[in-house]
Amino acid sequence: MTDAQPPKSTSPFGSEAAIARLKDRHAAERRFKLYGQLAIGIALSALFVLAYSIISNAAPAFTKHEIVFHLTLDAETVAPNGVEDTQATASNISGFYSLIQDDLRETFPEAATERQLRRELYALVTRLAVLDIARETAETPALIGTTKRFTAPLSDDLDLYLKGGITARRTLTVGQAGRLSVLESGLYSLSDSGPDGFPEFKAKIETDTAADSSVLIRLQDAWFRLEAHSGAMLTLTHLAGALPQLGEQQSAEISALVLFVAQANRAVSDRQIAWAILLQEKGRIRRKQNFDLLTKADSTYPELAGAAAAIVGSIFTMLITAFFAIPVGILAAVYLEEFAPKNRLTNMIEVNINNLAAVPSIIFGLLGAAVFLNFFGMPRSVPLVGGLVLGLLVLPTVIIASRAALKSVPPSIRTAALGLGASKTQAVFHHTLPLAAPGIMTGAIIAMARALGETAPLLLIGMVAFVNEVPTGPDQESTALPVLIYKWFSGAERAWEPMTSAVIVILLVFLILMNLVAVLVRRRFERRW
Amino acid sequence: MLQAFGHLPFEWILFAVLAVAGFIAFYAGRMALAAAPVTGGEMGRLHSQPNYHGFFVVMCTIIPAALVFLGYWLIGDNFVRDQLAGELPARIVEGGQLQLSQYIDRLSDYATRRETILTGDALFDAASNRFAQLTGQVRLMTVFLALVVAGGGFHFGRRRINREFRARTFVERGINFLLFLCAAIAIFTTIGVVLSLVFETIRFFTIEGGPTVTGFLFGTDWNAQTGANFGMLPLFFGTLMIAMLAMCVAAPIGLFSAIYLSEYASPRVRTWVKPLLELLAGIPTVVYGFFAATIIAPLVRSGAQWVNALPLVPDNFLAAQPTSALAAGLVMGVMIVPFVSSLSDDVINAVPQTLRDGALAMGATKSETIKQIVMPAALPGVIAALLLAVSRAIGETMIVVMAAGGRALITPDPTSDLTTVTYQIVALLTGDTEFDSAKTISAFALGFVLFGVTLVFNLIALRVVQKYREKYD
Amino acid sequence: MASATPLITPVVRAERTDNPIKIDCRNINVFYADNQAIHDISLLIPDRAVTAFIGPSGCGKSTFLRCLNRMNDTIDIARVDGKIMMDGADINDPAIDPVLLRSRVGMVFQKPNPFPKSIYDNVAYGARIHGLASGKSDLDRIIEKSLHRAGLWEEVKDRLAAPGTSLSGGQQQRLCIARAIAVNPEVILMDEPCSALDPIATARIEELIDELRERYCIVMVTHSMQQAARVSQRTAFFHLGKLIEVGDTETIFTNPTNQRTQDYITGRFG
Repeated sequence: MTDAQPPKSTSPFGSEAAIARLKDRHAAERRFKLYGQLAIGIALSALFVLAYSIISNAAPAFTKHEIVFHLTLDAETVAPNGVEDTQATASNISGFYSLIQDDLRETFPEAATERQLRRELYALVTRLAVLDIARETAETPALIGTTKRFTAPLSDDLDLYLKGGITARRTLTVGQAGRLSVLESGLYSLSDSGPDGFPEFKAKIETDTAADSSVLIRLQDAWFRLEAHSGAMLTLTHLAGALPQLGEQQSAEISALVLFVAQANRAVSDRQIAWAILLQEKGRIRRKQNFDLLTKADSTYPELAGAAAAIVGSIFTMLITAFFAIPVGILAAVYLEEFAPKNRLTNMIEVNINNLAAVPSIIFGLLGAAVFLNFFGMPRSVPLVGGLVLGLLVLPTVIIASRAALKSVPPSIRTAALGLGASKTQAVFHHTLPLAAPGIMTGAIIAMARALGETAPLLLIGMVAFVNEVPTGPDQESTALPVLIYKWFSGAERAWEPMTSAVIVILLVFLILMNLVAVLVRRRFERRW
Repeated sequence: MLQAFGHLPFEWILFAVLAVAGFIAFYAGRMALAAAPVTGGEMGRLHSQPNYHGFFVVMCTIIPAALVFLGYWLIGDNFVRDQLAGELPARIVEGGQLQLSQYIDRLSDYATRRETILTGDALFDAASNRFAQLTGQVRLMTVFLALVVAGGGFHFGRRRINREFRARTFVERGINFLLFLCAAIAIFTTIGVVLSLVFETIRFFTIEGGPTVTGFLFGTDWNAQTGANFGMLPLFFGTLMIAMLAMCVAAPIGLFSAIYLSEYASPRVRTWVKPLLELLAGIPTVVYGFFAATIIAPLVRSGAQWVNALPLVPDNFLAAQPTSALAAGLVMGVMIVPFVSSLSDDVINAVPQTLRDGALAMGATKSETIKQIVMPAALPGVIAALLLAVSRAIGETMIVVMAAGGRALITPDPTSDLTTVTYQIVALLTGDTEFDSAKTISAFALGFVLFGVTLVFNLIALRVVQKYREKYD
Repeated sequence: MASATPLITPVVRAERTDNPIKIDCRNINVFYADNQAIHDISLLIPDRAVTAFIGPSGCGKSTFLRCLNRMNDTIDIARVDGKIMMDGADINDPAIDPVLLRSRVGMVFQKPNPFPKSIYDNVAYGARIHGLASGKSDLDRIIEKSLHRAGLWEEVKDRLAAPGTSLSGGQQQRLCIARAIAVNPEVILMDEPCSALDPIATARIEELIDELRERYCIVMVTHSMQQAARVSQRTAFFHLGKLIEVGDTETIFTNPTNQRTQDYITGRFG
């Protein structure tokens, strides 16, 4: 019975080579699996980095600093043309702004002397910030003559500074006491008892700061800038706040604020920073939730700008898109899935739809520019055109999703309806379509979400226009959320960056809501056949 | 009175007319049926439900009226403009076609805003008055005509109704035609795209200052904004470079994710990871663009500067620009990952389980099964997925607009700022555009090339996918 | 050989009896998530004989077959309990490498599933991944031998480079058998190998199975009782995930002890 030996005795698996081979094979298996995990890890971490960077970038924009004013609205300044001319009052920006200027000058008399200083001081609040109070005053003339509390947003760069942006900073201790004296006009000296004044402080300045960093020194209610620190004394210039008594400074420890970015390289001056700190200490600058982001229209000043116009514009655009693409898409899907004869024309339509779904979105923008704007002469920058273009863009998506939903309804339903004597149209509209509705709705919502995020086609039909009023209809000039992101991103001021991130967060919230609705619809109504 | 009519929001009136006519027609149809004498037949049974008779009359009434309105919408405004242009004094007409049309635009604007205050410019006031008057006339005529044809249709429809009349058949035919029209919109869209691109492209090559076809396709100098240099080779180069960089990221990550998800991951992992990956696909491209420009581009730049500072690397070896092809390409790659992975996932799942079982039953390890059996079988589908992804990368706009820069260069250095076809289209067509300069129209020629290239990619890919599906269905 | 080797260590076999036991299944339970598909089956499978599993659809016979080479491992939700002793080792032991197990227990599926490769590469696949051939000529020899044994050599020897899918259904199934043989297995599992074939192709496969019986332990699931009667020596009847009866084919078909077996083979249900 020798041939009865089982074949395995001749098989080479027992050999050392085969074992080694097996080890290699399993190592290859583990490596391969690792590549897969690595790929998913990279993709997911990209997602998290993206989300984290956007949200952390946006965080500063959800609050903003405001300056509180108590303005006496005397008739002569705010309504020079008389109370009746409300239009003039509402647009009397210079008048209202002069009240703000007066108030700031009174608060910081040291700036009143020079034009340059006044300009710096007034830059704390932009002119257009008074638009709100001007409108309010025009609407309720009873306010004229009274003293009104008014809050104006702080200029965008100072706002950023107070939120920790613009420049790195550090607080140092200068010394426990010092002697302040006048050197010449505007120049002061601060010295302590020793021959080499404030040695520790000077050593720190030498080692820790660059030559062009600003060092601000606080003496009671005043801020000075350190100009030179050789020998026994520190040479200072007065920046802001009420000058302290000359002579010995015994009240408290003298502290210094180091701003590492050179004054020339930042949009806010040392003086403005000093003013802002003083105002903050007085309680006149406070940090508040930035609801303006949701309630105000666009502006050229970041501190006055909001996304309301874009949100409303996006909503109008989406309405047009939905009214066009969803019914047309569903009906087209019904035709192709249920009625279309199998011929070359329908075959061509099919290929067409699949191809259109993959055409770059910017091509649809060109179509909109050439056909809707140029050929039909429709107005630029309006949600009507934007909605139609986006409608054409997502139409293939809606059709494909609706067809998939129709296809998933089992043919037995149709047959049953037909068997009862229903016509084909009745079978489709009474039975198949209602059963496919959840799937169709899910697809439609996802298509709308895609349309909401589209930017390029809208740029080409001019929806990038500057819109400082909330549109009231789909035929008004308007912009849309993604376009606003692009616009603000292109803005030069640094404050635009957190604002842009904030709009992105708003857009993403809308998208997440839409997708949630889609998921809920699917969960709630999905039926498995 | 005519002027007042010219001020009204006309579209609402049209809708109102159609709605009222439809409403009346519906009930008239049903009543006509009820009044129809019972004549023999199958014991007087109706062929169609009364509602269908109603809808039949509605169809007969509304369709002709709607056609009249459509006609107005297409030519009404132009008719008024031509008429007005004929009446305007010579000094305005002689200003040229463009000025004339701008003047009438202003008139139309003024008239439709229902401004009552006179501007003081007597001619303008008179002309805008006349504009409103003419518009009113045309609109009145339109409504009148529509009512006449609607009445005719109504009469026609109502007379045909009797108990044996097959109203349902007609209504269903109408519905069928409506459905067909909806499906045909896809075709009209394509035709619209092709026609507009073709016409403008032809105009581009014939316009004064436009280039020759070969000069456009093979020229190496692009400067459309200020000069008149239209050589699109640098744009093409930039587009391909960025698309290639993107594919270098998207292809391996997307493919391996798809393989892992479909072959290795437990159902629990799949239910969590797949939606998260798809989340990446749902993020608008403008957000990716912002991310690329504010986070990735500075990183790329400092990376390039670090490389430049290495010993043995010549000075300025890498361009290290603040916006760069590499930044755009990397982020675009991340954007395309879910696209590649979900398409490949479908394709891999379409490979029959029996093939996998066959290999596993022979003692192949899982990775051997995937590498040697599943992937070769899925190869056509995977290639199609990658082609579609390339087409997407080529057509992607916002990321390159925000993060790739605008200099038309041909350089192999990915840290320099390259420009792309889509970037130039946006740059040329945003802001106020006149459709009669070579600069503006060149955007359409670029669009034409872009459309053509992506079309070829898409058609090949869709065809392969279709073949592939047939093979395993 | 090192003790840590994940191999099924062969036991010294007793002198071959008429039907030495190749596989000894003890108390097998299979669960798909919460559903129990196989209830406590114990079964002895003899070497060098064809054992047929019969029973109505969904009775668990395929599931049980897939336990024998641990193909159920590839289904996430499947869980197998119990011992399957093969040559004295439990194949469900975690130390047993399913890759090696499967090289010893080949499988042929219901639907012919040649890989989308040439005929040559199809047969060579197993030999290649397991490193069975020492060179090109060795590989050629293995392929020729396997195709010979599968009775396909004469039909395909001139077109070894043609894709495996270009063959007819019956040829494809014989190719799959050749592919399984090429790895030099001891057991061949066949999951309804003829259900997708026409009667003539079926007859050829049945002949082939009969020939292969001389060398291999064959376990076969079949839907057709006639086929079981024609080719198998042992028959096991499954019903609702339970093993109802097992015995020599002749006995099962002529004199079943269980009423349900009787009903099934006389066509009363199933």
